[in-house]
Amino acid sequence: MTALETTLDTAVWTTVCRLDDLAPERGVAALLDGEQVALFRLLDGRVLAVQQHDPFSDAHVISRGIVGSRFVDEVEVPTVASPMYKQVFDLTTGRCLDVAGKVPARGLSPDLRTWHVRVTDGLVEVGR
Amino acid sequence: MNQHLVVVGGGMVAQRLVEALRDRDTAGAWRITVLAEEPRRPYDRVALTSYFSGRDADDLALGDPELWSDPLVTLVRDDAVTHLDRDAKTVSTARGRTEHYDHLVLATGSSAWVPPLEGADLPGVFVYRTVDDVAALRGYVEKLSEDRVVKGAVLGGGLLGLEAAGALQALGARTTVLQVGTHLMSAQVDLGGGEALRRLINQLGVGVRLNAMTTKIKPHRRGGVGRLELADGGRVDADVVVIAAGVRPRDELGRASGLAIGERGGIVVDDTCLSSDPDISAVGEVACIQGATIGLVAPGYAMAEITADRLLGGFSEFPGADTATKLKLSGVDVASFGDAFGQTPGALEIVWADPVGGVYKKLVMSDDARTLLGGVLVGDASAYASLRPMLGRELPGDPGAYLLPEGGGGAPELELPDDAAVCSCNNVSAGTIRGAVTEHGCTDLGAVKACTKAGTSCGSCLPLVKKLVTTELAAQGIAVSTALCEHFALSRAQLYDAVRVSGVSSFTQVIERFGTRAEGRGCDICRPTVASILATTSPAHVLEGERATLQDTNDHVMANLQKDGSYSVVPRIAGGEVTPEGLIAIGEVAKDFGLYTKITGGQRIDMFGARIDQLPLIWQRLIDAGFESGHAYGKSLRTVKSCVGSTWCRFGVQDSVALAVMLELRYRGLRSPHKIKLGVSGCARECAEARGKDVGVIATDKGWNVYVGGNGGFTPRHAQLLAEDLDTETLIRTIDRFLLYYVRTADRLQRTAPWIEDVEGGLDGVRAVVMEDSLGIAADLDEQMALHVVEYEDEWKATLEDPEKLRRFASFVNAPDTPDPSLAYVPERGQSRPATADERGDARPTPHHEPVLVAGARLEVRS
Repeated sequence: MTALETTLDTAVWTTVCRLDDLAPERGVAALLDGEQVALFRLLDGRVLAVQQHDPFSDAHVISRGIVGSRFVDEVEVPTVASPMYKQVFDLTTGRCLDVAGKVPARGLSPDLRTWHVRVTDGLVEVGR
Repeated sequence: MNQHLVVVGGGMVAQRLVEALRDRDTAGAWRITVLAEEPRRPYDRVALTSYFSGRDADDLALGDPELWSDPLVTLVRDDAVTHLDRDAKTVSTARGRTEHYDHLVLATGSSAWVPPLEGADLPGVFVYRTVDDVAALRGYVEKLSEDRVVKGAVLGGGLLGLEAAGALQALGARTTVLQVGTHLMSAQVDLGGGEALRRLINQLGVGVRLNAMTTKIKPHRRGGVGRLELADGGRVDADVVVIAAGVRPRDELGRASGLAIGERGGIVVDDTCLSSDPDISAVGEVACIQGATIGLVAPGYAMAEITADRLLGGFSEFPGADTATKLKLSGVDVASFGDAFGQTPGALEIVWADPVGGVYKKLVMSDDARTLLGGVLVGDASAYASLRPMLGRELPGDPGAYLLPEGGGGAPELELPDDAAVCSCNNVSAGTIRGAVTEHGCTDLGAVKACTKAGTSCGSCLPLVKKLVTTELAAQGIAVSTALCEHFALSRAQLYDAVRVSGVSSFTQVIERFGTRAEGRGCDICRPTVASILATTSPAHVLEGERATLQDTNDHVMANLQKDGSYSVVPRIAGGEVTPEGLIAIGEVAKDFGLYTKITGGQRIDMFGARIDQLPLIWQRLIDAGFESGHAYGKSLRTVKSCVGSTWCRFGVQDSVALAVMLELRYRGLRSPHKIKLGVSGCARECAEARGKDVGVIATDKGWNVYVGGNGGFTPRHAQLLAEDLDTETLIRTIDRFLLYYVRTADRLQRTAPWIEDVEGGLDGVRAVVMEDSLGIAADLDEQMALHVVEYEDEWKATLEDPEKLRRFASFVNAPDTPDPSLAYVPERGQSRPATADERGDARPTPHHEPVLVAGARLEVRS
């Protein structure tokens, strides 16, 4: 996880929107220098960010998936299901929890990239 | 070179023989020629009466029609065999065909016996044996019904006579059954049972005269039959007479060629079904086996199986006829099995009779009251399926307990031995059914039916098969879990009831009260299911508050997600009726937004390639032009397809378009376990293909027939007749109840056809609930539908009026006006389609490369 910590140390925070722009348990897409990021606000106020690109359908749709939770290793983890073919991803790690019988397109990784998010003064910031 | 099997007769038993032989004769040792007198393929004669309601001879088709395309099978129809030459081993037909056989099977069945009565040849006197008999009878009665109430008489109070009486009654005739003997169905039930049956038949409006010997049929002075004269001096007026006085085996070929014939007719065969000529077998009703001919299909099937086995060198023998019968006559259950008349020496009879409730039940037990020998069940035959396989075995507990009404005393659970026959039509034992689960990995009723053929003929054993399968699955530890998902242990139907009764109206409340873990937040399975349930228990806009978080993307943006992440848009075109102005408006919207257009199967227009941020703009234009959401995205009513109907069509008898529009506007937006499609045809030509729909309505001269449970798709199904000749008000009430009963009790993503199979009692069970209110919920269903109709609003119109809801349609939260840069289109056949990965150059999703686009999201395809 050193790479991740390095990223944290050197993070550039970009303000994306107000927290009020995000409805609980429903995603939105954001554009960060041409890159598409899916942002999710949970009921407890946390905001999580994963890639908008769905590796299984090769379309940019993850923000439009249904948010839920899954009991993984005795822990309730927040999830999103791709709206296209229903693969389930752990929103905190981006890990694909259920490939729903499919393989990713063009040899892509089944897991989603994640970004760090912080909320400052009611503004949502994504770290890169 | 293979041998030639010639089968004379094209009935149910012949069909079974060919099926069994082709099934097992993998080496192709036999080629088969079936010579049938009737002009159609073998059909289900047992279900003949359903032809009155189904009206479609195809509904009676038996087995897999592919059988007749088998290159080793030749079916010759409409050609009767007239001569059998045993020396030359040939048969010849009325149309001059001659076939040489290596082995011959006579499966000629029997014919209705008409007693030598004066007047039996008058117009208006019918028998009841073939589809053509039934069609002719129906035509005659319908013709007479035009100017009077028809009076019908049936000679014979046996099984067939009562079937015929039910059919006449269904045609609107006032019917009387004349039985020569002391009670109805005297071959199957005892005097007490016959008396109970008479009461029940009377209650249906059918008259019954016992000890009534008809001596003459007298003509009416207007022509045709007019009245019957009885031996006791009585008279019965009748415009139509059905003779159901018994059957005689069609053994004339055997007689003429000198085969041994039974005392009371029939070709004598041994236990291997061979006649006195070893090259000739006889099967079914024409065979006199173990000293008697048998007019039931199950022993006939057994003979067909034995013959097929013997032709391939097997050694099976006829085990003795199972004469158990269970039938439903105009809704009256009758069953008889084993020693129904208590003729075994020392037999004890245990009788339970409830003349008020119209129930008579009798068990015949051995002299120690422990072994079941037989029984008669009238009015309530629910115990039949579990009792019949126990014939000849010890019944655990007090035998009287099995006769009490359901839930009244609780008969002990019967554990069937493996060798007990469950499906007598196809000779499937309890052990075979259990084996299908344990050995062959079947995990549901459908798979077991396909694997064992149990319950695929008459279906009366299906409740028992289902119970065996469920018990066996549970024993295997394969829990037949009906749990929705990890968040709910309840099935959708249970959850629906829980939500409806508790009155909770939000997902958070639902999961807190009925979920498996209080901290669980649901998933892509239970969230849309709860959304669908709440939509009919406490209606609100799909994007209202927490509801919005439950919707699949389709329902969330009220459009259909396509493979590249764009959406398609379908405005409602109720009944497929659209004005030229409407068409132009749709065309202009599609053109202005560069959308690909295609006509759907549901008579409307789909526009593809809309970006999420374009949806509100597109819908503003559509709503301004008078359109509303078509709910193509929802698990809800899709369309009501119609033909043009009586307003334009030369053949139409009712205004199908007006009804379709009315139905579509009534049920629009109704959220359901799966999509629902309806169809309305203006006449029996059925141009709307309504029988391929969940609810199909077909116009008749007198009103509407309504069919339910049809669908296309992976497992196409024809809808089955639910009710006939309804007026429009009754029709709508019937559909209201049917749809809401489905909405309340179906599984998630279960369409109406499999749902009907799952309902207790199948289609009859559904009919009892929606037509006769057997559950006492009809008023509740009516009220719920009334609420749906009142609460309906156009989701898109309401969305456009609410800025809060509109924020969901931004392409990017930080760049709401920037289109998704990943969308790319190329032209094809004058329109645009999504670019393939190759056409994009595959640079798109790797975040650190710039996307290479063939064309942007707003591709101009016309200059």
